[in-house]
Amino acid sequence: MTIRVQRKDFDVGGELDALSAGNSNVGGVTSFTGLVRDIVGTSQSRGGTMTLEHYPGMTEKMLVEIDAEAQSRWPLEASLIIHRYGRLEPGDRIVLVATASAHRAAAFEACEFLIDWLKTKAPFWKLEETADGEANWVEAHDSDDRAAQRWNSNG
Amino acid sequence: MKILYFAWLRQRIGVGEEDIKAPEGVTDVRTLVEWLRQRGPKYTEALADIEAIRVAVNQEFGDMDTVLEGDEEIAFFPPMTGG
Repeated sequence: MTIRVQRKDFDVGGELDALSAGNSNVGGVTSFTGLVRDIVGTSQSRGGTMTLEHYPGMTEKMLVEIDAEAQSRWPLEASLIIHRYGRLEPGDRIVLVATASAHRAAAFEACEFLIDWLKTKAPFWKLEETADGEANWVEAHDSDDRAAQRWNSNG
Repeated sequence: MKILYFAWLRQRIGVGEEDIKAPEGVTDVRTLVEWLRQRGPKYTEALADIEAIRVAVNQEFGDMDTVLEGDEEIAFFPPMTGG
């Protein structure tokens, strides 16, 4: 498992190649890449920014715990979580979650689990700023809580 | 104890981190919040709606009843929005 919390961008192709490199037990790799959507202001302005803040120390600790939970639930050959922080612009990559397993079902399910749990358990916060200068902390969504909770009942 | 504030809590209180010595009556997160609220209007406002706030004690999620000894790292923040 690899966990990285970083300011800089990452290369998705290179990261996915590295996940299965040298391991011929891997039959499939699933990944999720999260991107910054354009932040539209009330005057329909475009070109806003998103700034991600996190809790250094606890962030890494929670990601390790979430990853360990995935490892205990699915037969994974490898897993990867990269999450960026700092100021990002529309189209920028925010997060990459990837899982490698012998068969696709485990890779798909574990990847979805990781991003669902990460959204509600890893201490990150998003600040959106529009080109008009409006700034708003993104509010947590009930739908994200529900997505995370469904893994409790059928896990 | 060390107290950390993140996101809008940090902005409203005006600091991200502070070392404090809490009085004797502070024995859990609830009594800490009550004491912090009396430190000034910024604290009162930022900590007004406890339902909107999450807490971690020594980097583990806690709640209002989490017991404090006095040497912990305590963080207050809104619900997380990563991913």
